[in-house]
Amino acid sequence: MINNLTVAERQWALVVLLVGGLIGLTMAAVGAGEPFGAHGFLVLFFCAALFFPVLSRLDEPEPSPHAGRSYYDDPIKVGIILAMVWAVIGMFFGLWVAYLLAWPDLTIDAPWASFGRLRPAHTTGVIFGFGGTALIATSFHVMQRTSRARLAGQFSPWFVLLGYQLFVLIAVSGYLMGVTQSKEYAEAEWYADLWLVVVWITYFVLYLRTLARRNEPHIYVANWYYMAFILIVAILHIFNNLALPVSWAGSRSYIVWSGVQDAMMQWWYGHNAVAFFLTAGFLGMLYYYLPKRAERPIYSYRLSILSFWGIVFFYVWAGSHHLHYTALPHWVQTLGMTFSVMLLVPSWATAANALMTLNGAWHKVRDDATLRFMMVAAIFYGLTTFEGSFLAIRGVNALSHYTDWTVAHVHAGALGWNALLIFGVVYAAVPVIWRRERMWSNRLIEWHFWLAVLGTVVYVLAMWNSGILQGLMWRTYTDAGTLQYPFIASVLAMNPYYVARAVGGTMFFVGTLIGIYNLWMTIRQAPAADMVADHPVSVRDEAGERGVPAE
Amino acid sequence: MSVEERDPLTGHKTTGHEWNGITELNTRVPRAVWWAIGITHVWALIIWILLPSWPLITTYTKGLLGVDQRELVQGEIQAGQRYRAYWEANLAAASLDEIRGEQALMDVVVASAPTLWGDNCAACHGMLGVGGPGFPNLTDDAWLWGGSDEAVLESIRVGINATHPDTRVSEMLAFGQLDVLTRDQIRAVAAYVQSLSGLANPNPEVRAEGQTIFEVNCTSCHGEDATGMNEVGAPNLTDEFWIYGGSDEAIFTSIHDGRRGWMPAWEGRLSEAQNKILALYLLDILPDAQ
Repeated sequence: MINNLTVAERQWALVVLLVGGLIGLTMAAVGAGEPFGAHGFLVLFFCAALFFPVLSRLDEPEPSPHAGRSYYDDPIKVGIILAMVWAVIGMFFGLWVAYLLAWPDLTIDAPWASFGRLRPAHTTGVIFGFGGTALIATSFHVMQRTSRARLAGQFSPWFVLLGYQLFVLIAVSGYLMGVTQSKEYAEAEWYADLWLVVVWITYFVLYLRTLARRNEPHIYVANWYYMAFILIVAILHIFNNLALPVSWAGSRSYIVWSGVQDAMMQWWYGHNAVAFFLTAGFLGMLYYYLPKRAERPIYSYRLSILSFWGIVFFYVWAGSHHLHYTALPHWVQTLGMTFSVMLLVPSWATAANALMTLNGAWHKVRDDATLRFMMVAAIFYGLTTFEGSFLAIRGVNALSHYTDWTVAHVHAGALGWNALLIFGVVYAAVPVIWRRERMWSNRLIEWHFWLAVLGTVVYVLAMWNSGILQGLMWRTYTDAGTLQYPFIASVLAMNPYYVARAVGGTMFFVGTLIGIYNLWMTIRQAPAADMVADHPVSVRDEAGERGVPAE
Repeated sequence: MSVEERDPLTGHKTTGHEWNGITELNTRVPRAVWWAIGITHVWALIIWILLPSWPLITTYTKGLLGVDQRELVQGEIQAGQRYRAYWEANLAAASLDEIRGEQALMDVVVASAPTLWGDNCAACHGMLGVGGPGFPNLTDDAWLWGGSDEAVLESIRVGINATHPDTRVSEMLAFGQLDVLTRDQIRAVAAYVQSLSGLANPNPEVRAEGQTIFEVNCTSCHGEDATGMNEVGAPNLTDEFWIYGGSDEAIFTSIHDGRRGWMPAWEGRLSEAQNKILALYLLDILPDAQ
């Protein structure tokens, strides 16, 4: 892979890694004995682990000039593998906290192994590690294929993919050491946040430069969604994380926002992280891989336009529904609620557009578990967005808020929509990227599919029951006008559901392990395929004509 | 140049573009979508007219219903209080014996006490009041501060070593840390204390030494006969009940490091009626629940 970089790119990589290593060394020196110093060593080792392999291949010959005419898939391969590694790490932490809730003694007596530290390691591991890496890898695939252009440059894709890994590593390891700014899904401290800004801007520029080289007259829908994802996440990330470090040699910082403004900023971020990270980006995936796998045209281009602008417009208003019945002024809550309900229409229109695209391909859904993963993901997307709008209604929220119903809702989305879609996409993309005829075993894909779907259903049903029971127990009064149940009674009542949730999570996790085994065997053993068509330059271009846009 | 084609399956035309084999149909937006947009937008408009919603420069639109979440909450709190009014004042005014004599008030106690207990007391004393290491069992006959109606109500009201100005104060001195007693002396007096309740049978020499140490250092709080003093919250050492444990190690630790148990004061956090409900639960209901 390193041999495919030009010598100039290898030199540039060495310079960047050297600077990164020096920054890490400085952090390690000034923060000695503190988590900040430990992160310095992490940065140093990360850079060193990449520096020496590049250095040892510095004198290898330049890559073949023909290589520049194909798609650049090396970072996609690494990205897909890293995403699956993060899936195991993130889900392992998730499983641990699930078992911990059912059996509270299932941990060791160490600070890092306490629930409060394991839980953000889980959420960050799956959302940013698994989901984010899958988004980056698939976006590289989709932007090249739908633009019929090679990625712009070979250095910045690696910078984005690996730089992002460093961010997630700093974040997750920090939580285990107690480094957190206590903002949900934005727990990472100031230096990790600053680094992510650098990576993210590079990502956006890379996307724009690749689109600018496209050999297609129009930009395909999937790219609209990926771009909305990158752009809005950058804005959300910067505004929510504006903070003043206590010192340049320590991890602690203070957020510039305070009180209810901080809460509003946090949930504007939190909700739109769901909207643009876990929805817009994933819709980009869905819009490419689903029609590609089904070999059917998108049901309606007009519906795509309507839904895209509906989703990006309405979502940014909806965050305040996370703060119903709080110090947030009533009028902000009303706006959040109404926009959340209006949001349902473009969300469902998108789900419908995906499912209607399958018309004429339902026999494939029956026979092909890969396509079925995507189909079920679209159904869970519709289900979750309906539930989201419903829970955003103030009166409903009065029952659901602070209960496991929220956990059910989040996992219907994260497992049923995001994870199932990623698995379908990985099964669709891996044979293409690795030039294989097919995945190693279709039977294992079937096993994975059913374990994942059943696991999700068990999990979500358990948490629905648990959440609604909790909400009802908390608001039940006796004839004397006093509370019927002490809080601890509601905790005890949750136990059977927590056991069921752990079972569902285990099924899902086993499915993931099966998927990784299948992925590994595909890379190693599946028969090779000849993919002449998967090439940015057409026959006409080969003849010497410049690939100009057709319009 | 785009080439529009007709999809043979649906009969719809494509937009004429193609990306890596993907095409798009130019299907009209289904009528149901327009209807859904219309319905949700009209609903939102009605909500905006009725409720506080849009910001203005220095204020916001208040809505025709004139509701405000602060007033709503206050209204609901008042409604809840009115609902409880029929018994709350009566409970607060009556003595525990008077409450015991009135079935209607006891019904309220029976209905509301378990939750009140579970949310305020159970974290330390347990759902059944049997306590745990460091937290006394409240269902046995051993009382640190007395088990009468008045004594229990007072303990709940002012707490023990709490921030309340009238709080009950009690401390077992750290005889070892303060170098009042040597380790050997502590072992001797511990053996003597164990012998009082028949936990151990030390040889007469050690017992006699322990007894001497006890008489010099301990009787001012635990009494000549070691049966404790409710006035200072000193436990009876001759019974079978132990707060911090009756093992060699536990007693040694108690004498060496001292003890300073703590219970919050509930006056101001719970109403007078609630304190009485808890006292009745503790005195009358919990012992029968074992």
